[in-house]
Amino acid sequence: MTVWPEERVLTAEEASFNTVDMTINIGPQHPATHGVFRMVLTVDGEVVVDCEPYIGYLHRGLEKLTENNDYRQAMGYWDRTDYLAGMCCEGAYCMAVEKLAGISVPERAEYIRVMMMELSRINSHFMFLGAFGADVGSFGTSFVYAWRERERIYDLIEEVSGDRMFPTYFRVGGVTMDLPENFERRCHEVLGSIRQGIEDLDGLLTGNEIFVERCRNLSPLTTERAIALGVTGPILRATGLPWDVRKAEPYSVYDRLDFDIPTGRQGDIFDRYFVRLSEMYQSARIIEQCLQELPKGLVLNPGLPKTLRIDKSECYVRNEGTKGEYGVHAIARGGVKPYRMKLRSPSFCNLSALREMVVGNYLADAIIILGSLDIVLGEVDK
Amino acid sequence: MNFGDPFFGYSWIDMIIRVVIVALVMTVMVIYLTYGERKVVARFQQRLGPMKTGPYGLWQGIADAVKLVSKEDIRPTNADRWVFEFAPYATFIPVFMVLASLPFAKDWGVRNLSLGMFFVFAILGLNIVGIMMAGLGSGNKFALLGGVRAAAQMISYEIPLVLSLLAIAMIAGTLNLNLIAAMQDERPFIVLQPLAFIIFFTAMLSELHRAPFDIPVAESEIVGGYFVEYSGIRWSMFQLTEYASMWAFSVFGGVVFLGGWEYPKGDDWGWGWQLALTFIKSGIFIMAIFWIRTTVPRLRIDQLMSFCWKVLLPLALVQLLANGFILIYGASEWWLFGTSSLGAVALVAIVIKRAMRRPSTKLVGAYRTLQVPAP
Repeated sequence: MTVWPEERVLTAEEASFNTVDMTINIGPQHPATHGVFRMVLTVDGEVVVDCEPYIGYLHRGLEKLTENNDYRQAMGYWDRTDYLAGMCCEGAYCMAVEKLAGISVPERAEYIRVMMMELSRINSHFMFLGAFGADVGSFGTSFVYAWRERERIYDLIEEVSGDRMFPTYFRVGGVTMDLPENFERRCHEVLGSIRQGIEDLDGLLTGNEIFVERCRNLSPLTTERAIALGVTGPILRATGLPWDVRKAEPYSVYDRLDFDIPTGRQGDIFDRYFVRLSEMYQSARIIEQCLQELPKGLVLNPGLPKTLRIDKSECYVRNEGTKGEYGVHAIARGGVKPYRMKLRSPSFCNLSALREMVVGNYLADAIIILGSLDIVLGEVDK
Repeated sequence: MNFGDPFFGYSWIDMIIRVVIVALVMTVMVIYLTYGERKVVARFQQRLGPMKTGPYGLWQGIADAVKLVSKEDIRPTNADRWVFEFAPYATFIPVFMVLASLPFAKDWGVRNLSLGMFFVFAILGLNIVGIMMAGLGSGNKFALLGGVRAAAQMISYEIPLVLSLLAIAMIAGTLNLNLIAAMQDERPFIVLQPLAFIIFFTAMLSELHRAPFDIPVAESEIVGGYFVEYSGIRWSMFQLTEYASMWAFSVFGGVVFLGGWEYPKGDDWGWGWQLALTFIKSGIFIMAIFWIRTTVPRLRIDQLMSFCWKVLLPLALVQLLANGFILIYGASEWWLFGTSSLGAVALVAIVIKRAMRRPSTKLVGAYRTLQVPAP
């Protein structure tokens, strides 16, 4: 990547003045890493010459744990991958097991799942907006704005499932329990305040000159490079490619719902930010449609066996996680436990673009580039 | 009795009493500025701020001070001992010396210097030395980066700061801060020199490393910058410096641009009103600083520098030139107001134009050709 168009010829005096690149260790405990991620930056003054990410501080052996528990027990581990949007991960896991076993899900349960997944997506994107504002340097104001709305979403999720962050609400073949009675009213309330919250954040950040100055044209990623690096989700969409699993390969009831896929133009940091911001409105739209169309009926497949045994089968299932394509490669070889559950976590794959984007930019930009990737360490380290 | 009169004749006892008064007021100010900042910022962020320590958390600052003093003073093993330990004092002493030269009411400061404004410029420059000492002596890379950033930023922004103040000095014809305040009995100088005020305020934010210029202390990048290795009493010295210099700058800006203790009715209503004016005006500055801090993100170092050298400095020079012509030909004050307002409008226009410009196709970035090294 040539960053500066013409190479400057150094004078003899400048050439004789030897400078040494400095290594800076960002993380694992650093406010900008959003968890226990570590990147070792080699900097020449303020400019990053090399970047080496280190991961694994939060490794909990998710895949192995899944292999050692039966299909239903393992559920609880999966919402701890993307812990900002646990329901999306549960959704992918349930879809994988259902596909392996050939279990159908009642329609009402599908709608509830979609609503929960979209609420989680909004939740996760709020987290991104708040934390990204703080990365760029707005002293936590965006953080608190985002937190206010997240609190409301968590309250709603708690009312539905009984837990806030790790609900384990989905079941193989449906969801644990039906929605509470006043759910529709509460959901409309929360959606109203979410819309207000998005507008607040939009007003705080999008129009801010310094914010735009910092984010525009910074580390743009072309669609080709993004695909080559395995980048998915909002970062890929910011490059202009409207690739969203919800549209491209509709699962659950997404094909019956009307929503748009926001895309960016040049794939820079600002576009990534703006794509996420616009997606939140679309998620709110989806939830409203679900509330309208919500059918009556059961929420859990009544024909499920007491113990789930799956014969030899294999499948790859993906859904649109909050960070990108959340894929589960499941292999069953009989018995109550899966033989293999491989997680293709979007954060981990998106992280592969980090080095290419960071090198050549300023140290201060390295921080916001990392922030724009919106990684969740639970998902990176599994 | 006139407030400016010496307490015990014009003697060293009087001087010591004044120094002690200023030091005490400054300490109380700093404690309550930290409290005030936390409260104001909390309001902006829909929080309550400190509430537990005393009514409305009023004793929070004092509790913090006690805690900091009683904390262990840690010195990293690879720190340069004397540089590390002396750095907080080297940053603090210049700020206190500035406070000693400011007029808080008519003829009332520790010392009424006839070259007061010049003294303030000269002494404030020394602040950098302490910050560099902290950055280099800590033996920490984050601190080093913070120190170097602070030096680059503060030296650059000192130039527009000084030039904007010189514009006022030209109009006033004196460098004595007391006289400058006294000359604003009809209108504060901000009316004559809005451009100079804008430049001064921007440069002041930068000198104080306050948002959006908090690059040397950037929390999310270099986690505190030059004072990252300090703890306990030495860290609190840095904190003291930060807030004391904020207050000193606010009083100074109030004297130079907003009429200090004089405008309005300072002479008529006595020294109580004059003191109140000083505190109200510095309060306006401080409130603006807090407000900006909560709303805007941080600039990058190259954007900061280009704003200083390409926008603020030329405008300050043009202002100085225009003032020279107007004053030399004895034109009316309206000319000063007109030219400077034009400049202020131009500055705002530049900022808006920069904000609206089309995104360029060039990448943002470095000063040398870089290839992504093979992994």
